[in-house]
Amino acid sequence: MQWETVIGLEIHAQLSTQSKIFSASATTFGAEPNTQASLVDLGMPGTLPVLNAEAVRMACKFGLAIDAHIAPHNIFARKNYFYPDLPKGYQTSQMDHPIVGKGHLDISLEDGTVKRIGITRAHLEEDAGKSLHEDFHGMSGIDLNRAGTPLLEIVSEPDIRSAKEAVAYVKAIHALVRYLGICDGNMAEGSLRCDCNVSVRPKGQAEFGTRAEIKNVNSFRFIEKAINHEVQRQIELIEDGGQVVQETRLYDPNKDQTRSMRSKEEANDYRYFPCPDLLPVVIEQSFLDEVRASLPELPVQKRERFEAQFGLSAYDATVLAASREMADYFEAVNSVCGDAKLAANWVMGELSSLLNKDNLEIDQSPVSAEQLGGMILRIKDNTISGKIAKMVFEALAAGEGATADEVIEKKGLKQVTDSGAIEAMLDEVLAANAEQVEQYRASDEAKRGKMFGFFVGQAMKASKGKANPGQVNELLKKKLES
Amino acid sequence: MSMHELTLRQIASGLANKDFSATELTQSLLARIQAVDPQLNSFITVTEELALSQAKSADERRAAGENGALLGAPIAHKDLFCTRNVLTSCASKILSGFKAPYDATVVEKLAAAGTVTLGKLNMDEFAMGSANESSHFGPVKNPWDLTRVPGGSSGGSAAAVAARLIPAATGTDTGGSIRQPAALTNLTGLKPTYGRVSRWGMIAYASSLDQGGPLARNAEDCALLLQAMAGFDPKDSTSVDQPLDDYLAALSQPLAGLRIGLPREYFGAGLDARIGEKVLGVVEELKKLGATVKEISLPNMQHAIPAYYVIAPAEASSNLSRFDGVRFGYRCENPVNLEDLYKRSRGEGFGTEVKRRIMVGTYALSAGYYDAYYIKAQQIRRLIKNDFVAAFNEVDLIIGPTTPNLAWKIGEKNADPVSAYLEDIYTITANLAGIPGLSMPAGFVDGLPVGVQLLAPYFQEARLLNVAHQYQQVTEWHTQAPTGF
Amino acid sequence: MALERSDVEKIAHLARLGLTEAEVPQTTDTLNNILGLIDAMQAVDTTGIEPLAHPLEATQRLRADMVTETNQREAYQAIAPAVESGLYLVPKVIE
Repeated sequence: MQWETVIGLEIHAQLSTQSKIFSASATTFGAEPNTQASLVDLGMPGTLPVLNAEAVRMACKFGLAIDAHIAPHNIFARKNYFYPDLPKGYQTSQMDHPIVGKGHLDISLEDGTVKRIGITRAHLEEDAGKSLHEDFHGMSGIDLNRAGTPLLEIVSEPDIRSAKEAVAYVKAIHALVRYLGICDGNMAEGSLRCDCNVSVRPKGQAEFGTRAEIKNVNSFRFIEKAINHEVQRQIELIEDGGQVVQETRLYDPNKDQTRSMRSKEEANDYRYFPCPDLLPVVIEQSFLDEVRASLPELPVQKRERFEAQFGLSAYDATVLAASREMADYFEAVNSVCGDAKLAANWVMGELSSLLNKDNLEIDQSPVSAEQLGGMILRIKDNTISGKIAKMVFEALAAGEGATADEVIEKKGLKQVTDSGAIEAMLDEVLAANAEQVEQYRASDEAKRGKMFGFFVGQAMKASKGKANPGQVNELLKKKLES
Repeated sequence: MSMHELTLRQIASGLANKDFSATELTQSLLARIQAVDPQLNSFITVTEELALSQAKSADERRAAGENGALLGAPIAHKDLFCTRNVLTSCASKILSGFKAPYDATVVEKLAAAGTVTLGKLNMDEFAMGSANESSHFGPVKNPWDLTRVPGGSSGGSAAAVAARLIPAATGTDTGGSIRQPAALTNLTGLKPTYGRVSRWGMIAYASSLDQGGPLARNAEDCALLLQAMAGFDPKDSTSVDQPLDDYLAALSQPLAGLRIGLPREYFGAGLDARIGEKVLGVVEELKKLGATVKEISLPNMQHAIPAYYVIAPAEASSNLSRFDGVRFGYRCENPVNLEDLYKRSRGEGFGTEVKRRIMVGTYALSAGYYDAYYIKAQQIRRLIKNDFVAAFNEVDLIIGPTTPNLAWKIGEKNADPVSAYLEDIYTITANLAGIPGLSMPAGFVDGLPVGVQLLAPYFQEARLLNVAHQYQQVTEWHTQAPTGF
Repeated sequence: MALERSDVEKIAHLARLGLTEAEVPQTTDTLNNILGLIDAMQAVDTTGIEPLAHPLEATQRLRADMVTETNQREAYQAIAPAVESGLYLVPKVIE
């Protein structure tokens, strides 16, 4: 049987506010346990929440960026369950009246097509603390520093059809929240977490299959693996005559498998009701207009501009616009060198492989955009060849010079363009290869092409790569034809 | 006159005239509490050290030229207002050892005004009750008859003020918990408009209904205390950012032209007829002062009790989830696992009535019942609010009995909690609608005090205090003290 | 519809209230009495009435995004039943 995968994702993005959603404690990651847990965060009796304006603004930014309806009245509700990392015994969240309503996000697939993924809603809520499972004589330790950190839970429609699409969607959300400056996107620190609702159905069937929810998958790679594994598990289960149960599962990256989670509230009766300590949040149109005006250029807009303004291919524009840092870097290079295509090639080529190799983010690049742009200028004015440029780039990366010019100077990489000098050098090369010159002259046009390349190679070798390749070609041709 | 007989107003003059110092007054009252309170059980904690240091500081402030109306005034707080480093128990075992790490806004504001805190007052556990019998620290006795209840949940506050242990106290009112004990102990007690007094640090029973307020011997003292307690608090999202009236200045307003409404539903079955007569007696006095009276209707009043006993327990079931034995308070011995920790800490830590209400609320919010209970109750809540809005188009003030019955015998209603719930019939509508209400002494039946309730539109606390004060200028009921106290 | 013993046990579990064997029957009776009182509400016609969650129908005030809290761990944990290395201790949490 042919199976179709249906995936919906719930992404929890930690909003990068200074203080928590309902208290004035810091949200800094990695502080000593419980040093960022205030009376409110600890759920001390008598304490009350007051909503952080910035969390509301950030949620609105996101909503506007996905073309969503922003609810003029949205309401916080309590989700009641007992868990030690949940100090009040309820999570303050939004249920029936989320701040962000229906919207959508376009994702680029590997085959170059664009797919629109529906976003059902996005709502504000507070994060829980953490249970640390190191053994304190048979006890667990609770750290409530994270409790009360603002989260935006972004719920997609079940529009996603493969693990790869899921990854593309999460990457697009990741890029978007970083563009908007509302989440640092640091998945390793849990700033962006993903729950995957996965089901399968026979191809052509309209109804959805029973879904399983894989909780807290925290990297792009694990999202793909966890979904693929879960899809396989469900198909095998059904084909063996079994049935998928609706449940929560955990992905274990070490074993590459998902397993059923028994904990949390088995009965799952969360007894949602409007939080009586918080009043309805009203979003005025004037506020939305102001937020809209403050929105940065978004990935889609940037991609379109790169194509139109710089004549980049759709692929190049997509890659460069994928992150705000990459796009900013590219534009900085371009503003120095004034050649978008060369800038794009270098950013996506040498620079990206360098960063990949050393596992660096672009804002940690050892070669600055100014340095790279300056180097490209030297390619353009024929000071160096493309090949020499790679040496210059490596030298810049290794910190062997502050600018391309300094490296070129120090290493004597300046291209030789004096035709007299090139001619003298060519004469030596031809003299040393007299036999090949004879053969060349005796050959027909078809064979000559390949042989010509040999002489060029010898010439460049003799000049240690510094001879201007154009001039070498031209002069060599003249000499061989004469 | 002995110092313990003085009202807040008289204390203010005494201090201003240097008849006595705050320290002398405090020492005298502390001694009286120690001698008398064993009969009443109105205090859970007496904060002698704190009181003496606050009194000393008040004397110093006065010597330095300050002259606030509450500077040096002794009071005590209901034991659900958090007081820094002092046990704040909500009269519950589950808050064993809970020395609050912070002060409630009300506590802070009153301290800033110069009041001296003599201690923390007994109450129904988590403010759930109307007889002060559900306290982990034992029942409070009514100074008018030690075999009877003082009302609740602010029963300790009422008993202590009525017995002249303190001139005034703070209380909270979720369904009548200030007004009903005030009525049963011959005091004046005010529940302000929802949002008028900050709830920060006031341990929640039902967040959308709870309001703090004063209990005192007369309206003037309530005005003094409310002036200092009330006001906008950015720490409470439900606090209202609206300027306070000058409550003291409003007291002397003449009542000529005041339109009073008598809701016919307040005088139906269930009301002790002798109480009804006292209410009409008050109406007659107010007429003499220039008020006009007409009958009105609050047709949905009878639905208030069922609606209240859904909404309050529902909110409570969630509010009380934080008492889990993890970060503060009582934790059971040797929990074998997490579930055991929760179930035994809460099972052993909460008393019967609290557990009952948590369960009612849990049920009302649970899947499949939410609409039939919670949503329905909230719809009724709107009907009740609408009744008041309509009534206040016709009249300035509503008057009726505070309670249907006189103070009952301790233990009398224990077997049947529903019978005790019905005692809230006249008071809970004000909480559901959020309007202010005041109870004041209206006479005696069988030697027991009777209270009359005044209700006013939103934010008209000044009007309530004004009417009560004017009535108290021409009557003596409020000056009566229980024999032996 | 009256609650049965099993309903009461389920509610007590949801609320994490340990009831002793002896408490269950009595609790069941009392809860049924209370629900009897509450059920009177069902007779009220509330068609088209908007539920009222807050008496004043005001709207939420927002707080500026500023950190004003400082580390008070020592004071806050002084009243905790069990702490170690700055953590609150609970019986083992099993995922």
